[in-house]
Amino acid sequence: MADLKARIAKRCAKEFEDGDFINLGIGMPTMVADYLPEDVIITCHSENGFAGIDILADEETLDVDIINSGGQYVTALPRAKFFDTAESFGLVRGGHVKATVLGAMEVAENGDLANWIVPGKKVAGMGGAMDLCVGCPEVIITMLHTQKGAHKIKKECSLPLTAERCVTKIITEMAVMVVTPEGIMVSELHPDYTREEVQAATGVELIWPDEVKPYDED
Amino acid sequence: MFNKILTPDEAVAGVEDGMTIMVGGFLGTGSPEILMDALVRKGVKHLTVIGNDGGLAEGQPAGEFAGKTARGIGKLLDAHMVDHVIMSHVGVNPRLNEQFADGSLKYTLVPQGTLAEKIRAAAYGLGGVLTPVGLGTPMEHELDELGREKKVVEIDGKKWLFERPLFADYSFIRASVADKFGNYMCSKATRNFNIVMAGAAKHTVIAAEKLVEVGSVDPDIWQVAGVLVDTVVEGEKKWQI
Repeated sequence: MADLKARIAKRCAKEFEDGDFINLGIGMPTMVADYLPEDVIITCHSENGFAGIDILADEETLDVDIINSGGQYVTALPRAKFFDTAESFGLVRGGHVKATVLGAMEVAENGDLANWIVPGKKVAGMGGAMDLCVGCPEVIITMLHTQKGAHKIKKECSLPLTAERCVTKIITEMAVMVVTPEGIMVSELHPDYTREEVQAATGVELIWPDEVKPYDED
Repeated sequence: MFNKILTPDEAVAGVEDGMTIMVGGFLGTGSPEILMDALVRKGVKHLTVIGNDGGLAEGQPAGEFAGKTARGIGKLLDAHMVDHVIMSHVGVNPRLNEQFADGSLKYTLVPQGTLAEKIRAAAYGLGGVLTPVGLGTPMEHELDELGREKKVVEIDGKKWLFERPLFADYSFIRASVADKFGNYMCSKATRNFNIVMAGAAKHTVIAAEKLVEVGSVDPDIWQVAGVLVDTVVEGEKKWQI
């Protein structure tokens, strides 16, 4: 399981280019930072208050005034810019944060996303997730393809939405998929799986183009 | 002579049962602790509290949410002083879901960026904001914090969710440095809601870690104008872990 999550994080890291400004959500998306190429400048947005997250703080670097959005003490890069919540989310809604990487409970064929609440269960709240999904031009979902066999990629979401038609790409341990106006198209297939296995794990009819690339994971 | 400097207890003396307060901080970082302590001493009840989240509860496991004692709004929740929270995130402090479950606390969820803009609209004289955030989600259909229906507005063929301004009786803010007139700045990631909450309430109270004489520092460092601040309290401590 840990290996599969690392595979997904590693693959997701390849989505970004020199100069990008991105937001990585809590959990598996945070792992993406470990695999970002070192010879490029990528700036990560911490929606609680700055651009330019570096790494977790240790005893020597600890500054109690710097946390990330998960409440962990972190350090800031030399190019960091601190800001208040209004400016932080202005950057988000204004489309200036190019991509957000998030987990999902359900993704629909049209890109609808549900990842913030299960009615009747403990309430967590959406935090900044709705703003990020609406504002960022690219919404990349990193997740295990199914919930212990149950479909997460579905015709329609059954859970309350985080945002409508926002997901642009889905990266799972099995495949990389792009949300298109025609439906969900597979762009890369992991060699451990067949097309039939991926289709069976998916609740919508996947689109298979003539050329499906092997999953780029090294 | 005009004087804004009060003790923490004097600063919260006007807070009454049933009032609405807003409190800066993000998981406790940037919360005005000495003002929360003074509110607990005063023991007001039935508050409506606006903030990003519920801070941290007493005894909450440290781990990723570093800290062993209650922080920020967590102190008010531990003391059962709150009837209604208006927040973007209620998942970290366990007191919130416990009190939702026992029926003593109700909640209104607002997306984080929208929460900041609703508060800013109150402080800066706007009738509300139009945002694309929340369209097609429960935010569009759920009643707002005062039980009003929300409106979807269509302008030039594009839909927006109309969100009203969010006012309070008191704003409680942590400042890293302030002068005696109330000009202040918040260090690094402690800015969060401590900037927009100034002026969004009838009384704005700041608790400063460092208080300086007027004119003793370059005024270029101030992030928020002292004219928005009614009360300045000295003695806030840097958080200890």
